[in-house]
Amino acid sequence: MAVIETHNLERTYQDGNQVIRAVDGIDLQIQEGEFTAIVGPSGSGKTTLLNLIGGLDKPTSGEVIIAGTPIHELSDNAMIDFRLKHIGFVFQAYNLIPVLTAAENVEFIMLLQKKSKEERRQRSHQLLEAVGLGDRLTKRPGELSGGQQQRVAVARALASRPSFVLADEPTANLDSHSTANLLDIMARLNEEEHMTFVFATHDQRVIDRAKRVVTVEDGKIKSDESLDR
Amino acid sequence: MILKLAWRNIWRNKRRSLLTAGSVLFALFFALIMRSMQLGVYDNMVQNVVNISTGYIQVHGKDFWDEKTLEYSMEQTDSLEHTLLATEGVADVVPRLESFSLASTGRATKAAMILGIDAEKESRYFDFDEGLTKGQIFPDGNGILLSEGLAEYFKLDIHDTLVLIGQGYHGISANGKYHVSGILKLRSPELNKQLAFLPLREAQFLFGAQHRVTSLVVVPEDHDEFAGLTQEIRSELDTTTYEVMNWREMMPELVQAIQADSAGGLIMLFVLYLVISFGIFGTILMMTSERQYEYGILISIGMKRGKLALTVLLETFFLSVLGVIGACLLALPPVFYYHAHPINLAGEQMGNAYEEYGFEPVIPASNDPSIILTHSVIVVIITLVLALYAVWKIYRLQPVKAMHS
Repeated sequence: MAVIETHNLERTYQDGNQVIRAVDGIDLQIQEGEFTAIVGPSGSGKTTLLNLIGGLDKPTSGEVIIAGTPIHELSDNAMIDFRLKHIGFVFQAYNLIPVLTAAENVEFIMLLQKKSKEERRQRSHQLLEAVGLGDRLTKRPGELSGGQQQRVAVARALASRPSFVLADEPTANLDSHSTANLLDIMARLNEEEHMTFVFATHDQRVIDRAKRVVTVEDGKIKSDESLDR
Repeated sequence: MILKLAWRNIWRNKRRSLLTAGSVLFALFFALIMRSMQLGVYDNMVQNVVNISTGYIQVHGKDFWDEKTLEYSMEQTDSLEHTLLATEGVADVVPRLESFSLASTGRATKAAMILGIDAEKESRYFDFDEGLTKGQIFPDGNGILLSEGLAEYFKLDIHDTLVLIGQGYHGISANGKYHVSGILKLRSPELNKQLAFLPLREAQFLFGAQHRVTSLVVVPEDHDEFAGLTQEIRSELDTTTYEVMNWREMMPELVQAIQADSAGGLIMLFVLYLVISFGIFGTILMMTSERQYEYGILISIGMKRGKLALTVLLETFFLSVLGVIGACLLALPPVFYYHAHPINLAGEQMGNAYEEYGFEPVIPASNDPSIILTHSVIVVIITLVLALYAVWKIYRLQPVKAMHS
């Protein structure tokens, strides 16, 4: 079952007199449980594509259908609710809330979903255990390494039990050891919990672990390979 | 968690938060001290007038207030008193008979205002006996009480004799000789120079005005409700025979003077709040600009704009409340101290000016809780209104642009 579908997706920007086609007629389907890397050089349009899939940006034309819902038709508030329910985000710069502890950062998403205190506590502890941070629950982001912060970000992305996780250059600021550790965790979650991951990256270490690699250039899909890993 | 998030956010930049709360603190501290002193002086002026001069509400014979002669006095009837006492909100009625007379000793003569009073009621409701500096108040219901200034003018002490020569009701001759039973210091310098008190019956006898009074001072159960009570009493009495006036109607010059002075004070407060508003707005501008990226992330991960705006408003609210609490803690001790021990300006240039206008030369601070409440609420509202800028930015924020900023 396709959890993500895009049909003739376009996103253009006006730069003076010039029209920039950041995403130019992309048709893409991502099935539940896939571990997909969207790759391409800087400026190829992969982050714009990820933003459109995540509902952070509106397409100029075409449509994005997430779990059967055409999200470009949603209002701003409905879109925020939709993201909260269906999409987990992992950003390049971790983007944790600096004044909350690791556990509170994970719980925060569930608080927005109005989950009970007990459920929030249990799931945040369970997720942080799963990403190997069971002993860092009460640490604030400033007290964690980059790799640890990104693992908290992964736990936060999974907290709302999303349909899939979008990760934009999640390893860009990590060393090799932290990258390997993070990818192991994501791969395990993909294998064991059938969680769908979509990465926008040009990190070869991520590409090497992906089961499907979609290459984007000049806003178009240049190649789409499924790999047997 | 939203509360926790807002509270912790304000400590992310401790120095800036402390500076902002500090600016709120100092603005409010000065506002509270300034306004307490100002309103304390006004209260004192009003009390000076209300206690000895007018009371809160007076009932007179028709046209007495304009003419001020005994010909416009009224009969002191039980039915009138009963009507007044039966009106809801009236605690009691205090009769007075007021006229002028020449006061004379063997050495000097001076015009004096003679007030016939019920000393027991005057003491009960208007602290009449508080100013007694020498002697007693009408021992055995006899004697005359002199204001301190009048006693000094005549160089009289207790047990000395004073002669009153004047005109009574219907033009009869009103002469009498009285022993000074006591000397009173009145808070109003003007009255302190010219007022003498007789027991009501003695004054009625002197002026040939038996069973007559020039005013019935109405004591309200709640002093703040005097305006409504004035209307109520007017509706109960025959206004072709009686006139009912409250102190604001009897002393319009005082009301205008207070309003004019108060307006000056309010302009100063406005300038103070304006200056401080710029400081707070600067903080909000910086905070909003610095955290665009963070706001973008929070909206991206599913935080609704309304909730994010609420968090930012709470942060600003906490900052202003910190300043407000600090200001109240700093301002309350001096306010209570100067309420109990007013600044005495006697002998100072400013004090002389007060006396020239007939007011006691003191600056007491008002400890009315509404001053603190009003100005604290004003400061909190100002900061919340300024924080609407951040709310506006949050509602216009585009997450993708914000995350690239």
